[in-house]
Amino acid sequence: MEHIVIVGNGIAGVTLARHIRKKSDAKITIVSSENEYFFSRTALMYVFMGHMKFEHTQSYENDFWKKNKINLLQGLVTTVLTASKEIVLSNNDTIKFDKLVLATGSKPNKYGWPGQDLKGVTGLYHKKDLENLEEWAPQTKRAVIVGGGLIGIELAEMLRSRDIPVTFLVREKTFWGSVLPFGESQMINRHILEHHIDLRLGTNLVEILSDEKGHVKGIVTDKGETIDCEIVGLTAGVSPNIDFLKDSGIELNKGVKVNRYLETNIADIYAIGDCAEQHEGIDLRRPIEAVWYTGRMMGETLAQTLTGNPTEYKPGHWFNSAKFLDIEYQTYGWVWANPKENEVHFYWEHHKGKKAIRISFDKESRTFLGINTFGIRMRHAFFDKVLTDKQTVDFVISHLKDANFDPEFFTSYESEIQKQFADQFVGVKKT
Amino acid sequence: MSKQVENKSIASHENLQMDGIQKLGIALGLLGLFIMALALFNVSFPHKGIWLGGAIVSILVGIVVYANRTYLNQPEGIKNNGVWHKDFTNRGSWAWMIGIILTAFYVVLYWFPKYLGLNEDGGTNTGIVGFFDPLSYILNGKAASQWFVYGTLYTIAIVGLGYKFILKYRHNKYQLVRTISVMFFQLGFAFLIPEILAKLNPEQAYFAKDIKNMWPLNYYFFEDWHLTNMLNGGNLGMFMLVFGIAMIFIISPILTYLYGKRWYCSWVCGCGGLAETAGDSYRHLSNKSDTAWKIERWMIHLVLVFSFVMTIAVVFTFLSNNPEMSFITKDHFIWGIVGFLTVFTGALYVFKRKDLDADAVYTMLSLVAIIIISLLINYFSGNQNILFIDSSALKQWYGFAIGAAFSGVVGVGFYPLLGNRVWCRFGCPMAAILGLQQRLFSKFRITTNGGQCISCGNCSTYCEMGIDVRSYAEKGENIVRSSCVGCGVCSAVCPRGVLKLENGSEDGRINSNEILLGNDVNLLDLLNKK
Repeated sequence: MEHIVIVGNGIAGVTLARHIRKKSDAKITIVSSENEYFFSRTALMYVFMGHMKFEHTQSYENDFWKKNKINLLQGLVTTVLTASKEIVLSNNDTIKFDKLVLATGSKPNKYGWPGQDLKGVTGLYHKKDLENLEEWAPQTKRAVIVGGGLIGIELAEMLRSRDIPVTFLVREKTFWGSVLPFGESQMINRHILEHHIDLRLGTNLVEILSDEKGHVKGIVTDKGETIDCEIVGLTAGVSPNIDFLKDSGIELNKGVKVNRYLETNIADIYAIGDCAEQHEGIDLRRPIEAVWYTGRMMGETLAQTLTGNPTEYKPGHWFNSAKFLDIEYQTYGWVWANPKENEVHFYWEHHKGKKAIRISFDKESRTFLGINTFGIRMRHAFFDKVLTDKQTVDFVISHLKDANFDPEFFTSYESEIQKQFADQFVGVKKT
Repeated sequence: MSKQVENKSIASHENLQMDGIQKLGIALGLLGLFIMALALFNVSFPHKGIWLGGAIVSILVGIVVYANRTYLNQPEGIKNNGVWHKDFTNRGSWAWMIGIILTAFYVVLYWFPKYLGLNEDGGTNTGIVGFFDPLSYILNGKAASQWFVYGTLYTIAIVGLGYKFILKYRHNKYQLVRTISVMFFQLGFAFLIPEILAKLNPEQAYFAKDIKNMWPLNYYFFEDWHLTNMLNGGNLGMFMLVFGIAMIFIISPILTYLYGKRWYCSWVCGCGGLAETAGDSYRHLSNKSDTAWKIERWMIHLVLVFSFVMTIAVVFTFLSNNPEMSFITKDHFIWGIVGFLTVFTGALYVFKRKDLDADAVYTMLSLVAIIIISLLINYFSGNQNILFIDSSALKQWYGFAIGAAFSGVVGVGFYPLLGNRVWCRFGCPMAAILGLQQRLFSKFRITTNGGQCISCGNCSTYCEMGIDVRSYAEKGENIVRSSCVGCGVCSAVCPRGVLKLENGSEDGRINSNEILLGNDVNLLDLLNKK
C-alpha cells in the first residue's frame, strides 16, 4: 500500500489528508511537532481572549482521525532524505514514504533587531506563542507590537481584552497601508484609537532592551523614544518554515519551489500551503501566499493529483477576509492600495465611519475588478460570478441588494451607495 | 530565583474587575432579591405593596445600571471577553451556587409551595407568596399563588436581562428585534393579559389564557379538567380552545414552513425567552459532541411520543366520561387518531424517507405501529385504558417527570452547568414537532458564505443548541438542523461574515460540497456536481 507522508497538520495538510481519504485507501501519516490534533490557527486569539477554550479550535473530534485511518504522529522532522525516500525525526526515528508532502507553514519574520530573542518577545503564530503570552500577561504593564498588519491588530485586540495597555508601532504612514487604500486605512486608524491602543504611525523599532534576567524591559524607537514594556509582539509578516530542508536537495527560494502541479524538483515530493512558492505568481497573485484559504485550496487540488487525477493548481478569483477589532472586512477580486493606470476607484463611507465599500473598475470598459467591504457582509458567490462573467461596475451597483449578506433586519445602505455612485460617475449605465 | 517577583500586575485574568458603577448595579439588584428573601423568611413588612414595588424596581434598575455601564462605554461589537476565564460563566463555584439555588427554588415551587408561604388550606398566604399579594390583587383580583410569584419573577428576568442582552448585541438588529419580541410576548401574552383576563372573569375556573403557550409544550391543554374548564368558560374559554387547536394545526405549520421553528422558539416562546435573556451568559456550555447529538435525538423524540400517548389517553378518557360536552365521540377520536397517524407516517415514508436516517425511519414506523395496534386492541376489547395504562397515572407521571422535573428543575436550574437550552434541546416535545417540520418542510436554513470560513469555532462554541455549526460552514454546506432555534448568535459571533439565517426556495436547501468556492472553477464543477 502506498504511504503518503504529510509534514504539517495545518489547514493545508489536513485538507489534503481528508480529500485523499475520500478517494483512496492509501496509508496516510501526518507528522506534526506542534499539537497532536489539527486546530484552527486563526482562532488562537479567541482562546487568549476567553471566547473559546483551546479544544474549541479543533474542528474534528479526536476519534475522527482513527475512524478515517489517518495516522497522526507527533515529532519534529529534521531531515528529508530524498534518495532513500525517508524523513528523519529529531529523536532519530525514520519514516519511509512513497510520496512526501511538505505543508510546514510559516514562521514569524524577525529582521535582526537587537534583542529579538529575549524572553517576552513573540510572534503570534504557534500554539507555543499563545502559551508564552499566557505566562507573561499577568506581569505585563505594557506591551509593544511591531508591524501594522492583520496579525498585529489581532495581537493588540487580544492584549486589550485583558486591559493590558498596548503601543502599536506601524512602519507605514497608515495602518496596513501597503494593502488598504487611504480611506479604509484611516477608518481603521480611528477604530484602533477608539479601542485605546496607542497607535504610532511611521515609527520603527530600533532595539529591544533586556532586564538583568534576559526578559524584555523596553524598546527603543527610531524617534529616539524608549518605551517600557514587558511583552514585544513581532508581527511584521511571516515567511516559509523550511530551514530543515536546506541540504535536502529540494529546490528552495524563500519557500519550497513548486510548479503548477505543486511538485517540487524531486519526484514524489510536493509542497502546499504557506511554505510553497510558485515559480511565477498565478494571475496577479504573489508566488507565496500565506493565507488560510489558499492553503486549503492547494490541499483540495493536490489530493486530486495524488489519487490519480493530475490536476493543476488553479485558484479562482482572489478573496480574503479579516476582522479589525469590531470591523469586519471582506474583499473579492483585486483592489490595490493605489489604483493602477487603467483603474478607477469608487469609495463610499458611512457617516459614522465604521462601514465602507470601495469598488475598483476599469476606466474604459467599466469592468468590475474588485471590492473591499467594511462592516457590510457581502456574498462570495455573487462576486465570484460577477468576476467570472466580467460584469460591469454598473451591474454590481444596481445589484447590491443581491450581493448583501448581512443578517435580517440590518439597515441597508444600497440606495445611499447607488446615489453617490450616480452623482460621481454620471449615472449608472443600464445593464 | 531567590527573589520572588511580586505580582503587582495590573493585567491578568483576574484584573477584569468591575468598576464602582457596575458594582452599584449588582448591589441594587441583589438588594431587591434580598428584600424578597427576607419576605420568604417571613419578615413582615409594613406597606407590603411599597416594599414589593421597591424590590422589583431595585432589581430592574440594578440591571439597567450594570448593563449600561458594562456595554455602553465601549464600542459596539461582540462581547465575549473572558467568558471561559470567569468562574461565573465557566462552571466555577459561583455557577454551582446559582445552579443549586435555582434548582432548590424549582423543587420547592413544584412540590413544597407551602415553604414559599402558600396557604394550601385557602387561608391567608405568608412568606414570599403573601408578599406578592398586593400586585396579584391589582392584576387578577385574587391573592397570589406560588405560580403568580413565579410568573412575576420570570417576567422580571426576561424583561430585565432582555435589556442587558439588547445592549450587549446592540450592533445586531436581528438580535434587537428578536429580543424585543420575546420581551413583549412574555410581558403581554404570558403575564399581563392572562392575569387581566382572569380579573375580568372572576367566576371562571382556571384555564390557560396564554394563547402562545400551545400543546404539547402546554401539556395539560387536553387534560380533562382543562378541557372542562375551557368548555365551561364561556366565549373566552371557547376562544382559547379553538385558537389553541388552530395554533397546533394551522398557524404553527404555516409559520414554521415560512420561517423555521425560530418564529416560536427564539421569538415567542417563554422557555426560549428565558433561555435567550437570562440564560445568555451560559449559551456556550452546551455539549457539542456527536454523542450528545445522539442522546438529544433519542430523548426529545421519546418525550414527544410520551406526550402524544399521554394526550391520546386523557382525551379518550375525557370523551368517554363526558360524552355530552363534545360533538366528537370517542369513536370519532380513535379512528381520527388512527387515520391521522397512518396518513402522516405514510406521507413521511413515501416522500421524505430519503431525508431521514434509516434508524429514524425504523423507529418511527415501529412506534406508530405499536401505538395503532394498542389503540385498536383496547378499543375493540372495550378497555377504558386505551393504551393499556391508566390515563391519570400517565398524566401524573408526565406532569412530574417532564412538566416539572425536566423543564423546570433541570431545564432552568442547570443553566449554569449544562447551558441554557437543555430543556429545549433534550426535552421539549414542541421543539421536537417544530424541528421535524423545520428539517423536512420549511424554507429556513442558515447559509454559508462561499469559501470564507476559517474554522475558528466561534459559531459552534456559542450555539446554545449544541450544533457543531462549524462542521457545516467549513464545508460550505447550509445548516438545516431540526434543533436549530434560529437565535442568530452563530452569525453574530462569526468574525468573517460567513453565516446568514435565510428563508428561501426549498430547492438545494440541503446541499453538500466536495470543494469550496474560490478554487478552480472546473474542479468545483467536476467534484460538486457528480
